[in-house]
Amino acid sequence: MNDPAGLPGPNSPIDYHAPTAWLLGTGEDADVVMSSRARLARNIAGFPFVNSASRDDRRHALAVSRQRIMDARLTKKLAWIELHETNHAVRTLLVERHLISRQHAKGKLNRTTGGVDEPRAVAVGTPDEALSIMVNEEDHLRIQLIGSGLCLNDLLRRIDDVDDRIEAGIDYAFSPRFGYLTACPTNVGTGIRFGVMLHLPALKLTGDIEKVKRAAGGMSLAVRGFYGEGSDASADLYQISNQTTLGKSEAAILRELTGEVLPAVIGYERSARQKLLEHRSEVIEDKVHRAIGVLTHARLLSTEEAMDHLSMIRLGIVAGLMPELEQQPINHLLLMVQPGHLQMLCGRVLSQGERRIERAKLVRERLAGVAGS
Amino acid sequence: MLCECGLREATIHEVTITNGVRVERHLCEQCAQKLGLPLHQQAPVSEILAKFVSKQGAQSVVGPRKPTAAQCPQCGLTFAAFKGTELLGCPTCYEAFEVPLSPLLERTHEGGTHHVGKVPKRALEASRLRGPEAMEKLLGGLAERQARIGSLRKQMEDAVKGEQYERAAQIRDEIRRVSSIAPSEPRAEREPPPENPEPGGPNPHSQEPPRS
Repeated sequence: MNDPAGLPGPNSPIDYHAPTAWLLGTGEDADVVMSSRARLARNIAGFPFVNSASRDDRRHALAVSRQRIMDARLTKKLAWIELHETNHAVRTLLVERHLISRQHAKGKLNRTTGGVDEPRAVAVGTPDEALSIMVNEEDHLRIQLIGSGLCLNDLLRRIDDVDDRIEAGIDYAFSPRFGYLTACPTNVGTGIRFGVMLHLPALKLTGDIEKVKRAAGGMSLAVRGFYGEGSDASADLYQISNQTTLGKSEAAILRELTGEVLPAVIGYERSARQKLLEHRSEVIEDKVHRAIGVLTHARLLSTEEAMDHLSMIRLGIVAGLMPELEQQPINHLLLMVQPGHLQMLCGRVLSQGERRIERAKLVRERLAGVAGS
Repeated sequence: MLCECGLREATIHEVTITNGVRVERHLCEQCAQKLGLPLHQQAPVSEILAKFVSKQGAQSVVGPRKPTAAQCPQCGLTFAAFKGTELLGCPTCYEAFEVPLSPLLERTHEGGTHHVGKVPKRALEASRLRGPEAMEKLLGGLAERQARIGSLRKQMEDAVKGEQYERAAQIRDEIRRVSSIAPSEPRAEREPPPENPEPGGPNPHSQEPPRS
């Protein structure tokens, strides 16, 4: 499936050119909420956890999982990708599309052991890529559903169904006291994590983003960047997720997030945007038009610079300053400017310097026609 | 609902089942006090036990009074090795390290000590067919269920102390739901009975749809 440069060929089960479900810019509260995500951590009874299993055990768990996932009729089409047989380029694309974690791309078993040839896989529902199941990451199964806008209630219903279908053919590691047993005790209990990716450019401009972080920390919610733990909040995108999984039901965890925290943060961002537009509209307009100016004329662009300007354009669109532009192509560009996707579009491996040139070229081409507006 | 005295709103609801006969009483605080009923939720034995166990756990980290498994009998992981990687080796580790893990879990999960939520659907259906013993293996016995409620009560009290009343109300709903799980033996219930008693387990399939 790969050409000599290691890039996915025409027979690739995933269309890496297409936008993923979480980039559509549709759904509830899509002016602030970019995407919603739910994930379940599950382990198969009778197997050691991934980090302490022998290579043979991991192979066995992978084979059992594959059989079960393929038999469970989870989506019309499901791509199965064995990551130990892929190369760095494909794994980078999967990480950038939020289909696998960085840890899974590297095949890390814990902080010190593991490597890229560890037996592991990802199953991806195509063509929308809403469902993905990492096999042999930290837990045997990490089931993920992702959607555009605020759709956590819908995701909970759907992920519950996926979970039941998989469980219909295998025994999960479960205890009456601790619930679903996971390798890391921070996930034990329901094993569920809900997350939303929020676009908070106005709170960033007013400096109130720190208040949001502090408030979320007080409620044991985590605020992270675009690419999860340890990543920066590029493009003013922040992820908020629950931290506790034991002692509360799935619905209660969801209610805490959707009932209190999220409406408050969404409300803050909207009122910050409103205030900026009312009192300092020239500042916002200047930032948005400068962003257009840079992106349509720059000859060299780093990922961060491209993302920050795209964030401003996105703000301009949702604030009604750019009626000629739509959100979805801008969201799509956020993905296409990532190093892996850029190389895929160019059809060859690029050095960092070449990437900056090609990125600037890509963005100029995609925004052509907007220039001078 | 009014109290039996007909003067005040009933806030204490008692259901007693004696020899299979169910008696319901709805009382205001004053009347309940006259009848010698405790006003505050009686701490169940299991809750006291849970506190005792976590104290034991805290001590055992320093110098074990009760012998704890130095190693998981299944995978051979030691608790010291777990502290290094923060990853357990296999499902049996949870039993083997239950004592030293308990305080850690309580801190990580905002006081949560017992699972409340989904139960594997097929496993639940299969154990329903196999009878009470299989059900108990999956859901835990009465003590387990009471500990689950005890853990929730503690969270509710903490929420009230922190003046998070909306959260406290949500946990109260959760307690009602968990309390409605079919008990295997008669017991006095001090929680108001839920409007729609749900048979079966703590299973989201029988749960009200989440509000948003």
